[in-house]
Amino acid sequence: MLYRSHVMVCGGTGCTSSNSDRIAKCFEEEIANKGLDKEVQVVRTGCFGLCELGPVVVVYPEGVFYSRVKEEYVPEIVEEHLLKGRVVKKYLYGESVTEEGIKPLEETAFFKKQQRVALRNCGLINPEDIKEAIAFDGYKALAKVLTEMTPEQVIAEIKKSGLRGRGGGGFPTGIKWEFAYNQKETPKYVVCNADEGDPGAFMDRSVLEGDPHSVLEAMAIAGYAIGANHGYIYVRAEYPLAVKRLQIAIDQAREYGLLGKNIFNTGFDFDIEIRLGAGAFVCGEETALLNSVMGKRGEPRPRPPFPAVKGVWEKPTIINNVETYANIPAIILNGAEWFASIGTEKSKGTKVFALGGKINNTGLVEIPMGTTLREIIFEIGGGIPNGKKFKAAQTGGPSGGCIPAEHLDTPIDYDSLLNIGSMMGSGGLIVMDEDNCMVDIAKFFLEFTVDESCGKCSPCRIGTRRMLELLNKITSGKGEEGDIEKLETLANSIKASSLCGLGQTAPNPVLSTIRYFRDEYEAHIKEKRCPAGVCQALLKFRIDPDKCKGCGICAKNCPTNAISGKVKQPHVIDQDKCIKCGTCMDKCPFDAIYKK
Amino acid sequence: MKSIEELEKIRKETLEKVNLRKDRNGIRITVGMATCGIAAGARPVMMAILDELGKRNITDVVVAETGCIGMCKYEPMVDVYVPGQEKVTYIKVDENKARQIVAEHVVNGHPIKEWTISSVE
Repeated sequence: MLYRSHVMVCGGTGCTSSNSDRIAKCFEEEIANKGLDKEVQVVRTGCFGLCELGPVVVVYPEGVFYSRVKEEYVPEIVEEHLLKGRVVKKYLYGESVTEEGIKPLEETAFFKKQQRVALRNCGLINPEDIKEAIAFDGYKALAKVLTEMTPEQVIAEIKKSGLRGRGGGGFPTGIKWEFAYNQKETPKYVVCNADEGDPGAFMDRSVLEGDPHSVLEAMAIAGYAIGANHGYIYVRAEYPLAVKRLQIAIDQAREYGLLGKNIFNTGFDFDIEIRLGAGAFVCGEETALLNSVMGKRGEPRPRPPFPAVKGVWEKPTIINNVETYANIPAIILNGAEWFASIGTEKSKGTKVFALGGKINNTGLVEIPMGTTLREIIFEIGGGIPNGKKFKAAQTGGPSGGCIPAEHLDTPIDYDSLLNIGSMMGSGGLIVMDEDNCMVDIAKFFLEFTVDESCGKCSPCRIGTRRMLELLNKITSGKGEEGDIEKLETLANSIKASSLCGLGQTAPNPVLSTIRYFRDEYEAHIKEKRCPAGVCQALLKFRIDPDKCKGCGICAKNCPTNAISGKVKQPHVIDQDKCIKCGTCMDKCPFDAIYKK
Repeated sequence: MKSIEELEKIRKETLEKVNLRKDRNGIRITVGMATCGIAAGARPVMMAILDELGKRNITDVVVAETGCIGMCKYEPMVDVYVPGQEKVTYIKVDENKARQIVAEHVVNGHPIKEWTISSVE
C-alpha cells in the first residue's frame, strides 16, 4: 500500500520523555477516526536533533516541522492538514515560518549549516523496520564490500578517507583496522563501544536509536576487513530504548540473512551480540571495556599489548565507537575522496555534537569539521537564552576543557581543540553563561571523575580526591595563597602517572579553567568572593533598604534569628548569625533581599 | 540474503513506500480537498490516483491535498504539476478519469485536454 502522507513522530529518548509516544498514538487514533488510515502512515522515527522543541513531528511530502506538539493539537492537525491539506502554521517550528511562507526545514538556521553523514537516516526511517533502512541504502555497502572488494582494499579505502575515531581519541580508524588485519592469531573480534558516559552527551544513543542498522552493517564490514566473524556491542543498560532497537535490528538482520552464515552467498559469516554495561564511566576506556565484555571487573590494564594484539578473549580485536561505525557505510558507498573532501586538513568528515547547558536549541547537531564554535553556538544553537553573555563552552566532558569567548572562532577539529587546552572528546558540548562559576564547574566535573575512578591506580584514586578537597576548600571560602599552584602540581602528576585515560584526563577541566579564568579562582581565594554568585558559602544575603517595607516576614522565618528591625522600618541581616539558607529571600513579598 | 539482487529488490520495493520523505523534485498531483471537493467525491478520486500509481510502481510522484480555489462547481479538481511545464488543471474528475490521467498524463506525458479547465473557459 502506498501512503500519500507520512507523519514522522520522533521516538528518540528526548522526545519520548516529553511524551511523543502518546502523541503518536493520538495521531493514529485521530487518523483512523477520520478514515485516513489507508492514506496516511504514522512512523516512529529517530532523533531529529531539535530536542529542545520536542515532541517533534514532521509531515511528508510537505516536509513541515511541528514542534512542541501537545495532545490537544492533534485533532486540529489531522483535520486541517491531513484531511484538508492546510498546514497548521501556528503549531509549526517558529523558525520555519516566514512572511513569504514556510521555509523548508533544511533552510532554517538550525539545519542550514549541518551536514548529516552519521545521522543520515535519523529521523528519516523507522528504526524498527529493516526494510526502511534498506530502502535508504542500508547494507548496500556491505554487499559492495563482500562482492567487489578485498579486505586490503577496504582497509585502504578507510585509511584514504582520513576517518579518525569519534569516541574522543581521534586515532585513525584505517590504521587500527590494519593492525588487527596483520595479526596472525584467530579468531578475531569486532567490538562497538557504545558506553557513552560523559554527562550531557547523547550522540551515540541517538545513532543507535535512530539508525541501528548503520552500526551493524559497519561492524560486519570491519569483520570482513580484519578477518573476524564475531562482534560485540557494549552498550550501557541505562539506554533501554537503544538496547531494544539494537536487539530488534539484530534479529531482523539475522532473519534477512544480513547477519549469520554465508552472507550474500560469499561464504562470509558474521554475527553480533549485545553486552550490557552497568554504567561505569571507566568502561568506556577500551581495556576496561574489554574486561567487562568478558565478564570480568571493569578495570583498565596497561597498554601495550593493544587490543589489536590482545583484546577480547586475548585475541586480536578492534574497538570503535558508534559514530565511527556509522560513518563507514557512507565512506564505502560514496568513496574515500568524497569523505576526505569534507572537513579540515587533518580532521576529515563531520562530527556530531550534543548541545547542552545555557543554549537555546538544546539538541543534536552534525557539522563538518572546521566549523567554528561561534557558528555552532550562535547560529545553529540559537545563542544563549535570556540575553545572557557567553562565558565558556566545555567540550570533551569530564576529560576535556573549557573554551573561553576569545577562542570562539577556533575551527573545531581534533588538533585545534588540543592546542587551546580542550579536546574533541566524544562530542558533548556544554555552554556556560555569565551566571556559571568556573571553579564550581571544575568541581562538578572532578566530583564526577572522583566517583567514577575505578580505584586501581593511586594517582587517579587518591590524587583526584585531593584535588577535589582543594576545590571544596576554595569554594567554601577557606582557600589560601598557593592553593592554585598546588592544584596545578597535583594535576600534572596525575596526568603523567595515571594508568588509563580516565585519570590522565581527569585534571583537564581544572587546568583549563585555571588557564582561562585564574582571576575567578583568585577572587574566591583572596577576596572570598564568587564573581558569578554561585558558591553559596561566599555569598552574603542583604536587604535593600529602599525596597524593604518592614513587614517582618523575613525575621519571623529566619531559623537563626539573624534578621532584626523595627516594624515598618528597613530590616538588616546580621552576617555573623546568617547561615545563608535563603529562606528570607524566598519569603520576602517585596523582593527586597538579594545575594551577592 | 543470498544476492545483491535480492537486496536491491527489497530496496526498490520499500523505497516506493518511503520515497516521499526524500524526493520532492518529481511530478506533483494535488487534489482539491475542501468541503466542496470532498462533497463532490474527491476522496475516491485521490484513492484511485494512489492506487494507480501503486500498481504502476511509480515512486517519484507526490500526491497532496489542497484547499478550495473557488471554482466549486468544477470539483473534484486535480492539478498535475510536471517540473518545467505549466500546471494542468482537470475538472469534474471521477475515479475512472483519475486512472486515465495517471496513465496518459503522468506516465505518457500527454495531458488529456478535453477534461481540463481550458475546455470550458
